[in-house]
Amino acid sequence: MTMFFNSLRLAIRSTLANKMRSFLTMLGIIIGVMSVIVLVSLAQSTTSSITSAISSMGSDLLTVTVTDEDLTLDADDYLDLEQYDSIAGVAPYLTVSSTARSGSNYTSVSAIGITGEYMDIAGLDLESGRAIVESDLDWRTYTAVIGTGVAGDLFESYDVIGQTFTMSGHTFTIVGLLSETGSDTDTQILVPLTTAQRISDSTAITTAYVRAASTNEVDLAQALTEYKMLQLTQDEDSYTVYNMSELLETMDDVMSTLSLMLGGIAAISLLVGGIGIMNIMLVSVAERTREIGIRKAIGARRSHILMQFLIEACVLSILGGLIGLGLSALGLRIFTIVADMTIAIEWRAAIVALLFCVVIGVAFGSYPAAKASKLTPIEALQRN
Amino acid sequence: MLRLEHIFKTYYVGDETVHALDDASLHIKPNEFVAICGPSGSGKTTLMNVMGCLDLPDSGSYVLDGVDIAECTDKELSLIRSEKIGFVFQQFNLLDSMSALENVELPLIYQRHSQRERIERAKLALDQVGLGNRMQHRPSQLSGGQQQRVAIARALASNSRVILADEPTGNLDSKSGNDIMRLIDKLSEQNYTIVLITHNDDVARLAQRIVYVRDGRLFDTLEEADAV
Ligand SMILES: Nc1ncnc2c1ncn2[C@@H]1O[C@H](COP(=O)(O)OP(=O)(O)OP(=O)(O)O)[C@@H](O)[C@H]1O
Ligand SMILES: [Mg+2]
Repeated sequence: MTMFFNSLRLAIRSTLANKMRSFLTMLGIIIGVMSVIVLVSLAQSTTSSITSAISSMGSDLLTVTVTDEDLTLDADDYLDLEQYDSIAGVAPYLTVSSTARSGSNYTSVSAIGITGEYMDIAGLDLESGRAIVESDLDWRTYTAVIGTGVAGDLFESYDVIGQTFTMSGHTFTIVGLLSETGSDTDTQILVPLTTAQRISDSTAITTAYVRAASTNEVDLAQALTEYKMLQLTQDEDSYTVYNMSELLETMDDVMSTLSLMLGGIAAISLLVGGIGIMNIMLVSVAERTREIGIRKAIGARRSHILMQFLIEACVLSILGGLIGLGLSALGLRIFTIVADMTIAIEWRAAIVALLFCVVIGVAFGSYPAAKASKLTPIEALQRN
Repeated sequence: MLRLEHIFKTYYVGDETVHALDDASLHIKPNEFVAICGPSGSGKTTLMNVMGCLDLPDSGSYVLDGVDIAECTDKELSLIRSEKIGFVFQQFNLLDSMSALENVELPLIYQRHSQRERIERAKLALDQVGLGNRMQHRPSQLSGGQQQRVAIARALASNSRVILADEPTGNLDSKSGNDIMRLIDKLSEQNYTIVLITHNDDVARLAQRIVYVRDGRLFDTLEEADAV
């Protein structure tokens, strides 16, 4: 044990004695560890923000999309599904891409034509004002409920109830403001479905949300919806019915494959860093042949020399790993401030990266260390 | 203490054959002070390397303190170098990155002594060679004579009873050389077994016995040696 600490002290000393060289050697490891941690953390944070956006809509939600453009289904076709007990509600909707203007401000938006039940089914809440109601649909009023992002872009304020803006050549009055969600609903404008049909000059509705009566009944609701859609379209290739939890799983799969891939790429740079360490250790052994000879002459065993160089390689790689960890934490902090997006450090990736550093230290240090320890004392002493 | 019988060591360089040790037999008793004398290239250093277990002979037997060296594993040879032999080299062979004190401590690290004991014994050894006031100096901050005294202190600290010195004064001016020789002479009175290699006859005369080396062969008297 004393032997170990002596070797450790010695290794730290020789690392500090050649600061520049040690730093350059560690650079490969530092960059490798940083890329592992930063990339995996980024991937994880993105995944979790997308997943939470999806799951906030609820896992009992189905989305129906008609892909065949020649089909002209109307709202009642979808609303027919409400006859089933396992379906709590249906919200057909129509999306129109447009530009909203107010004074000199303008922003591109998705105008969603909705029915009165839409906000309930899609899980949207009001920050202030009122929702779109049945009478708005009956009268085809130019009323709108807008997201906070739109409010900010057009009015630079959330105090927007009663304000007006123009979109697609019509003047809309704002009756409600949506609660901020951090997802794409912040940049949406909700208008009565009938109004949306008028401004888009089309009555065909291709999308709808269907909410199951309970989480247990999602599968039944999905089967019923698919049956209904087949009846309506007579072609099973012309529509899709997604289950949100299915979507979540697919999403998770894609993201974990992605983090694994990013991690793998970063691991390769760690490997390159390890080869750098081996290179420097070989130089170090050559430079210190005489020292090895002296140590052997005064009683060092093969294992002592082996340990000395092995520990030195480990100190280099672990120190590099720790510096990389520190820089990643710093980098993610800066990213958080600059991009206004919280990226948490992914600790599992950090631990794996650090363990990997130890493995690299041992793996790439052992060849030079073995080479040093095998020198006979007289060989080592006579070489200059 | 040291018993070498019919030791051979031959080097082959290209098609040249050098008999660095040629049937060398030598017996050194405990507490004896022996000088090994001979011209350059005669095989003195080779002999010392064999005696110090730094190098193995091609043939012949070497028994050190009752242990047959030929039977030893690498680990056992390290242990012998650590506990029984102290080296003093012509080129001092100190570690430049360490202070005098740390250099003297080094053999004690391999003997697994605690840090406190190491420092205590290292300081004592440095005091013994008169360098008690230069402990924190690096070798590069010391004169040649002082460096050699650090090397002697290193040999003393390890508590080895055999001191092998290969031309310890070879790199020194005559005054520092004399100081070192006085120190070695003093050690010979303190139950150390000392083998001193030199080609300086005045230095050799301090020893109790002189062995002459000519072309790898050992002789007890100058007449026999010169007859070759
Ligand atoms: N590693 C080696 N390879 C080949 N030949 C060697 C080697 N070491 C020593 N020799 C040869 O062996 C002979 C004896 O060398 P050694 O170093 O023992 O001489 P020495 O008596 O110590 O000389 P000096 O007084 O110059 O130090 C020399 O001829 C030398 O060339
Ligand atoms: Mg010599």
